[in-house]
Amino acid sequence: MYNFTYHRPRTLAEVAQLLSANEDAKLLAGGQTFIPTLKQRLAQPSDLVDLSGIAELKGIREEGGGLTIGATTTHAEVAGSELVRRLLPALADLAESIGDPQVRNLGTLGGSISNNDPAADYPAGLVGLGATVRTSKREIGAEDFFTGMFETALEEDEIVTAVHFPKPEKAAYAKFPNPASRYAIVGVFVARTGGGVRVAVTGAAPCVFRATELENALAADFSPAALDGVSVPADGLNEDIHASAEYRAHLVKVMAKRAVAAAG
Amino acid sequence: MPTVTMTVNGKQVSGEVEPRTLLVEFLREGLGLTGTHVGCDTSQCGCCVVHVDGRSVKACTMLAVQAEGAEVTTIEGLAADGSLHPLQQAFHENHGLQCGFCTPGMIMSSLELLQRNPDPSEAEVREWLEGNLCRCTGYHNIVKSVLAAAAAMRGAARAAE
Repeated sequence: MYNFTYHRPRTLAEVAQLLSANEDAKLLAGGQTFIPTLKQRLAQPSDLVDLSGIAELKGIREEGGGLTIGATTTHAEVAGSELVRRLLPALADLAESIGDPQVRNLGTLGGSISNNDPAADYPAGLVGLGATVRTSKREIGAEDFFTGMFETALEEDEIVTAVHFPKPEKAAYAKFPNPASRYAIVGVFVARTGGGVRVAVTGAAPCVFRATELENALAADFSPAALDGVSVPADGLNEDIHASAEYRAHLVKVMAKRAVAAAG
Repeated sequence: MPTVTMTVNGKQVSGEVEPRTLLVEFLREGLGLTGTHVGCDTSQCGCCVVHVDGRSVKACTMLAVQAEGAEVTTIEGLAADGSLHPLQQAFHENHGLQCGFCTPGMIMSSLELLQRNPDPSEAEVREWLEGNLCRCTGYHNIVKSVLAAAAAMRGAARAAE
């Protein structure tokens, strides 16, 4: 790991100041992706700005019938929250399925979505639920937030502060995990909301996407059998040592059916 | 260099560290607490698991400076008054180790499980230990040890009531 200067500010104003004063500064949340990246010398920030000391970025609360979760809330906190279990059990299940217990104890919601790993779980949850990302500057709809592989709509000096999740009528997440890393080979988040059915897919393509063919079939009939006649195209899907594009396309449908069945 | 101060196994310690120093490096090289092992150094094997403020974490994937002011417990902090912790005793009695390299991490990870869930099923133990690898593949006796420790700790808790 290259050396850097470490900061642990107490307020968002201090964070903004540190970022504008140090062009090559990077933010540190749970560090479960970023510290391994630093260890491999894939990044060389001049300064690390640790967000763990900022009280306003933490916590889970009910808002407008849905949930608002602070950016530095850990996966373990989301999975273990009574409030999330009651209002949005599918999101608690998703958080519980990330990595292993030690990763969940440190990894954060804001860190995961800002990194936008193509195989991360949270992007499917945000897009599936039609969540809104709140930043230090504005609000961004989930679909506009995730722009490409490891890319988001965030500007250089913009920080995710929280995510607001509206409450769906029913929802579930089904994932086919890589057995070693527990990252999604394919993960599908299905939600039935007042505005229609949403099906968000992670792991299958360079970036989370909505499977509109599946959404249309489920809008007519919200049951696993409704997906029998629908095929998911393999064009543009990921291909690696773990799974071919065709296999991933197949898994999208299988995971979507499992999620619909689990949503009830 | 920044100075970091934390409580390790009940004792306040401090030392000068480079910001890039990992928590596991500070524990092993700074404090000589070599019970916490470094296996893969890539957050996968769990040999370096310690508790920070009551939560199990991989000490190879946390900076020492992030633990400023924290309460840290390592495998050396488990035995009280010269007698083994029930988890250590159970690994001893059930042959829960072969080479022993993964054992500190297995025990520190299992400790959080038993704090959260005093009566886990075998499946719950296996699921919880997802982040701990045993290169001897001795998983059966590790799971047996954790279940035996859970039973012993429940018995002790009942006896104390």
